[in-house]
Amino acid sequence: MGMGGRIQAISGPTVTVDLKGLKLYERVYVGNAMLTGEVVRLEKEKAVIQIYEDTRGLAVGEPVKGVGMPLTVRLGPGLLGGMFDGLQRPLERLRQDMGPFITGGKEVYALDYMKRWKFTPVLKAGEAPTMGTVIGTVDEGAFKHYIMCGNYSGVKVAHMRDGDISLDEPLGEYEDGREIPGCNEWPVRMARPYRRKFAPAEPLITGQRSIDFLFPLARGGTAIFPGGFGTGKTILEQSVAKFADVDIVVYVGCGERGNEMADMIAEFEELQDPWSKRPLRERTVLVVNTSNMPVAAREASIYTAVTMAEYYRDMGYHVLFLADSLSRWAEALREISASLEEMPGEEGYPTYLASRLSGFLERAGVVETMNGRIGSLSMILSVSPPGGDFTEPVTQACLRTTGAFLMLDTSLAHRRHYPAINWFQSYSLYAKEVAGHYREKVSAEWDEMLLRCRQLLQQEEALREVAEIVGAEGLQDTDRMLMRTAERIRTEFLQQNAYSDDAFSPPDRTLAIIKGIVNDHDRAMGKLKQGASLEEAV
Amino acid sequence: MRLSEHIYRTISTVAGPLLFVENVFSARIGEVVTVHTPDGRDMEAEVLEIDGDTALVEVYGGTQGLDIERTSVSFSDAIKKVPLSGDIVGRIFNGSFQPKDGAPMFIPEKQTPITGAPINPAARARPADFIETGFSPIDGLNTLVRGQKLPVFSAAGLPSKEVVASILKNSRLADPSKRFVVVFAALGLTFHEYSFYMKVLEEMQTGFVAFVNMADEPVMERLLAPRFALTVAEYLAFEKGMDILVIITDMTNYCDALREISTAREELPGRRGYPGYMYSDLASLYERAGRIHGLEGSVTMLPVVTMPEDDITHPIPDLTGYITEGQIVLSRELHQKGIFPPIDVLPSLSRLMQKGIGEGLTRADHRKVSNHLYKYYAKGRDLRRLEAIVGRDGMTKVDILMLDFADAFEKEFVGQGAKRRTVFETLDTGLDLMKKFSLEVK
Repeated sequence: MGMGGRIQAISGPTVTVDLKGLKLYERVYVGNAMLTGEVVRLEKEKAVIQIYEDTRGLAVGEPVKGVGMPLTVRLGPGLLGGMFDGLQRPLERLRQDMGPFITGGKEVYALDYMKRWKFTPVLKAGEAPTMGTVIGTVDEGAFKHYIMCGNYSGVKVAHMRDGDISLDEPLGEYEDGREIPGCNEWPVRMARPYRRKFAPAEPLITGQRSIDFLFPLARGGTAIFPGGFGTGKTILEQSVAKFADVDIVVYVGCGERGNEMADMIAEFEELQDPWSKRPLRERTVLVVNTSNMPVAAREASIYTAVTMAEYYRDMGYHVLFLADSLSRWAEALREISASLEEMPGEEGYPTYLASRLSGFLERAGVVETMNGRIGSLSMILSVSPPGGDFTEPVTQACLRTTGAFLMLDTSLAHRRHYPAINWFQSYSLYAKEVAGHYREKVSAEWDEMLLRCRQLLQQEEALREVAEIVGAEGLQDTDRMLMRTAERIRTEFLQQNAYSDDAFSPPDRTLAIIKGIVNDHDRAMGKLKQGASLEEAV
Repeated sequence: MRLSEHIYRTISTVAGPLLFVENVFSARIGEVVTVHTPDGRDMEAEVLEIDGDTALVEVYGGTQGLDIERTSVSFSDAIKKVPLSGDIVGRIFNGSFQPKDGAPMFIPEKQTPITGAPINPAARARPADFIETGFSPIDGLNTLVRGQKLPVFSAAGLPSKEVVASILKNSRLADPSKRFVVVFAALGLTFHEYSFYMKVLEEMQTGFVAFVNMADEPVMERLLAPRFALTVAEYLAFEKGMDILVIITDMTNYCDALREISTAREELPGRRGYPGYMYSDLASLYERAGRIHGLEGSVTMLPVVTMPEDDITHPIPDLTGYITEGQIVLSRELHQKGIFPPIDVLPSLSRLMQKGIGEGLTRADHRKVSNHLYKYYAKGRDLRRLEAIVGRDGMTKVDILMLDFADAFEKEFVGQGAKRRTVFETLDTGLDLMKKFSLEVK
């Protein structure tokens, strides 16, 4: 630990240093400004480091120091409601320290070590905790925060404290004299362990009719929203973040707009979680690396966020991880790969894009945690394909590993049909697994209605071509009735205004709306068969 | 800090705007260096990359006449900064920040690095309040809001120049007591365009800061001028409390300059030869728009993008659209009909419109009027396809009414000509139009 070396070369976000004995992915401090970096390549006499901050002003010959540890995040009470950058620096405290602009080179810890918590021990003297064992609890907003044992094991506890603590005080002591810490560090690129994993079987209710009804998601599952610009990816991601039926939401603004994040922060202060009726901010952790913040930190941001998500999953909570947008992460990967002069694959992306991505997506799942609880981590990721072209490498790599594909359609968005989820191209592989739940918990008619809704939309699609040629007037009454019903499904059922009371639609309301439309249709069709005119039938 | 100035005469390679200087002692990334040419000229340059004691330097001006033996390079130990002062308002500069209006250089109050620092997302305030451009299709249906970045997507042959000039002249805030300044960066201007814009600026007299790079001036300046403009904008906004509208035309010239420099550096080309980092690079400009909690001013951006081959999926408009908050699209069809401004409201969108309209900002009925105009016009436009197949005679009365409405909307509401309309006139024009066709406004 604490080895020193000097900068030899600088190129974009990467520097080469003459430092031996570093480990791959070890964290380093670079230059007089102490910029944070990570070792990405080792050669005989030198190491290549990717830097998480702006390298402007860095000079050859400046010192470099290894930390002896990989890039980690700090895990402990106080993360909920927080907003961090890609390296888990708390943005609010950065603002207090350095003003409205981020100038870099400053280390601020994610957790507030001065804050007092009321600690209730669970572990007793004489017990020997292992990795993940619950030591005790504190109340973090509405949540019980289970403080868990780091990977220190095998030694019995000598005594535990009780009551008022802060994070820079030990919670107790082991028999060999070591302190029991209230928070732990965990390397971001390493998935946190669990006992076993289960296949997703429970639905993840989003409150979006077109998702819950047509393409249901599952807790512990993964889904992508690809769409060109203006198709409403961000609004949809944020709507899901607001209304999803989970305990905790971790949202990453990865390489996206700063104004959107400002808007989201302000909105989350005002809005309530529809399930627990508590302020949304209390259940949310935000990781924000806007498009003009350093590109390497953008690459790290999704790992920082998912590690925090796993931490809450380990307490037995249902956690939803949302990233907007995964394409910006992949582009950051490409930029770093290019500055390392690696051999490029398709469209300049490194050839390890697909394996990195699948490795990341596999961190989702329903698990039995190390302390025997059941927790889940679900992922919903937006993808921004260049030119709205879904054949590009990021979308294609995602399709191979994710369970649901919700395609956002530019032509629907042009017609102001939001959410612009295309009902013919999208799919969910969880539909079968979770159908039983909706059938039992909501209504036995769920499957039948789903089938009817699909049929009506398909029939309309076929009819529409005819109608374009002969005009709506040239169609038969039954066909016109069908077009009318399909139009209602589109406007009254599939469309959902994200800024109205309708933004959140619980499953029973979802079913009631579609049932209403289908019943009206059947009634009108019945009348038409008896010879009534279209106007009379409606 | 270095105690002495370092001058080198160790250039090993000259390639386009790039120089390799060898045996350099502790150079910095982004360091400003001066290149002394054999014929006695001095040119500014910047350190791009360092490998051991070899520095890769990029020259801002033209590199014609440089040689390997006699050209020398002096290193300054400082990074690129711009001079700033409140006296900058009303001035015109070239792409190297030299006065272009004949007046002497102002005395700077301070110097600031040109790249700026990202605004902390926790310090950002939501964009809010209305900026009036004087154009009905923008003010009425795609409202520009303080702190927003809203590009204009144009195409070759469309009058983007006239649209920009009008916005330059006519933009104002709802609150006249606030100081409003337009910062104008023009990249790769032909002489024809230059004389056009100069006339506009002359008429305006003040209330602007302009940076002008001509088509035959160094491409490197095209990368610098927008950064000068934004640094000035941030200074005037966040230190002087003014509201700033930054207009950059044309971002296509900017991106082509970026591509040219990138290939000279032998970087891997991405889509259509543009570098893979173009998204991050564009974001480093566009994201400088915004408002900050606790500070008075704002930076709003209106970049102009000319879509090559009228293709909105081309990397330049595509990446721009992914970063900005909406777009104003100019249409060839409307232009051919003689409609000015030829703004097609259907593909146009201002994502932040809701933050700038309604009671107290514009008028209580703004949203309603705008939604209805959009709806009826979209319907009429849709019916035009049907008209092409079955003919007007085969259509119902209601459909014909909608067709006529769409025509009238284009002629009267969109096609206002060079005349400036206030937002109230815009809304009234829209209401009158719907009344004329007896269309409901619920």
